[in-house]
Amino acid sequence: MVDNKQQWKAWLYLSPAIVLLLVFTVWPIFNTVRMSLLENYSGLKAAGGAVFEFGFGNFEKVVQYKRFKECLTNTVLLCVLTVPISTLLALLIAVTLNSIKPLQKLLQTIFFLPYVTNSIAIGMVFAAMFNIIGLRPDGINADTWGIINNVIQFFGGKPVNWINQGSQYWANMTVMVVYIVWNALPFKILVLLGGLQSINKQYYDAAKVDGTSRRRVFSRITVPLLSPMLAYVIITGFIGGFKEYTSIVGIFGETMGPPDAANRLNTMVGFIYDALSSNSQGRASAAALILFAIILAVTLFNNMVIKKHTHY
Amino acid sequence: MKVTLQNLTKIFPSRDKKSGKEVVAVNDFTFEIPDGKLIGLLGPSGCGKSTTLYMISGLQKPTAGRIFFGDDDVTELSTENRGIGLVFQNYALYPHMSVKQNILFPLQNLKGKDKMTKNEMLERAYEAARLVQIDELMDRKPSELSGGQQQRVAIARALVKMPRVLLLDEPLSNLDARLRLQTREEIRRIQKETGITTVFVTHDQEEAMSISDMIVVMKLGVVQQIGKPQEVYDNPTNLFVAKFLGTPPINVFNGNITGGKLYIGEEAVMDVPGVEDQAVTVGIRPEGFELADDGKLTCNLSNVEVMGRDVSVVSTNDASVNPVIRSIINADNKIDLSQTTVRFNLKPHKVFIFNAETEERLYVEVK
Repeated sequence: MVDNKQQWKAWLYLSPAIVLLLVFTVWPIFNTVRMSLLENYSGLKAAGGAVFEFGFGNFEKVVQYKRFKECLTNTVLLCVLTVPISTLLALLIAVTLNSIKPLQKLLQTIFFLPYVTNSIAIGMVFAAMFNIIGLRPDGINADTWGIINNVIQFFGGKPVNWINQGSQYWANMTVMVVYIVWNALPFKILVLLGGLQSINKQYYDAAKVDGTSRRRVFSRITVPLLSPMLAYVIITGFIGGFKEYTSIVGIFGETMGPPDAANRLNTMVGFIYDALSSNSQGRASAAALILFAIILAVTLFNNMVIKKHTHY
Repeated sequence: MKVTLQNLTKIFPSRDKKSGKEVVAVNDFTFEIPDGKLIGLLGPSGCGKSTTLYMISGLQKPTAGRIFFGDDDVTELSTENRGIGLVFQNYALYPHMSVKQNILFPLQNLKGKDKMTKNEMLERAYEAARLVQIDELMDRKPSELSGGQQQRVAIARALVKMPRVLLLDEPLSNLDARLRLQTREEIRRIQKETGITTVFVTHDQEEAMSISDMIVVMKLGVVQQIGKPQEVYDNPTNLFVAKFLGTPPINVFNGNITGGKLYIGEEAVMDVPGVEDQAVTVGIRPEGFELADDGKLTCNLSNVEVMGRDVSVVSTNDASVNPVIRSIINADNKIDLSQTTVRFNLKPHKVFIFNAETEERLYVEVK
């Protein structure tokens, strides 16, 4: 414990951080709650001296919006699809990477590259890969396919309109899932690989002495011993998934959907941004708090499940 | 199950590519481990004892030589097909499984005709648990157990599939002193009850001597001596073995043989008739000293440590290789601490003479 007489020193040293936190974290959180509870709150009107009544109108309105339901559906769907797929893939890749000796460092670096690449840039590359319209070599006709469709055609399949005018919702969603999973892999692989490398090799020797099959070693030893890392990866994956926004922008631009169906792929965060930009801070705050409540509930649920199955 | 090691050799390639020096961990080890005996592999760290154990287990492949279980050559056989139980130094209990699950784990791996029903497995698991007296702890996690209990669980897990050979890697090194005494008795009891041929590795000579039927003393990958603990203690083949066994350790002196007499310093302490003159190293066990007013070996008395039944007389002598000489004398002997010197006669069978260069034992008659 710090000597009582010296305590003011501790406070003094902490004060810059405390001030910054109060101004940029604590106050905004508090203010969000305040704005969400003031009927039809708008920053512009407030600046003009308007007074707002207290009430839950913002929440009611937000929930009633058809677009809110679409955004929520998109967000939940993306989470539910991408988190399990990316976690599973990351686990497989990490285990494989961990079991090979030559080139391990090189491969590790390659797998980590997406993490250090700008996600908008990656989105643009993906958009190009999934594109249906491009220029032919003659530069006149504009109906060639992106590389994905080229591959599909090479194997005798029919090209799919992934992201362009007239594309279907499921096609858009597929592109988003592929992109988000790919983007999420490096971090997960890194965490899981770290976890794998910290598992005591003697467990594997012991399992070998007992004649354990590879599959059983994986399911009964590797996965349980990796469970703290898996839990971490899954929880952060869900939190990240509920905050999904930039990846949609990366592929579809700010229309948040194909040109003929703008906002079709909008997410919760997108909804909040839209409300903000239309000067409805009250509704934006309400939506933000709803998102917060959802993330909290999902995390608590995750924690509950994980506690049962995690060994620390 | 008799275990035969035939010219067993393990060479590790050099880690340092520049020097290219390879490490010979075990060098040409030949030994037949009799059926149903407890064998202690003993030596300082880096002597190759663990490597030997892991080669018997199959986790490491020998560079040369062969291993037989009974008449079966198991050298090429993989670990899981050898029918061994292995207890790791830090037990390697699966931390996420209960004691019961840990013990059941090897049984659940059995396939084909060896496959067992759930009830059979449980029965076997409880049988093994009862043998090591942990059947009360079956639902605990390893982290909720003491070191000694974890050790027992590890032994139960190794025993549950009824191995042909049980291997223990430094089984007592992670236990505190009191538990160590208890557990080594326990290991002895379990081994006797099951009659499984057991090999264990230790760097603690006391531990090895106290429970082994036979000990193998190793140094730098080379076997120094094999035999019953008492025989090895009473009859070491070289200075290393003599120094390695026994607490307090043997007292070593620089000596000389001149004219059929063994000299330590200026004093002729023993008769060695018919031995040619040469410089030698003399080892005298602490219990090989007898106080005598007209004793042949004179030492400078420094201290007397009371041990109860015995006293340990601490003294010095210019010819001693060690800074002090420790001799164990019956406490009935009264020692006058005011005197500056103390004189000893030596018991001939506790005095070993070694070649000063090779440190090999000179088997000569000492009188």
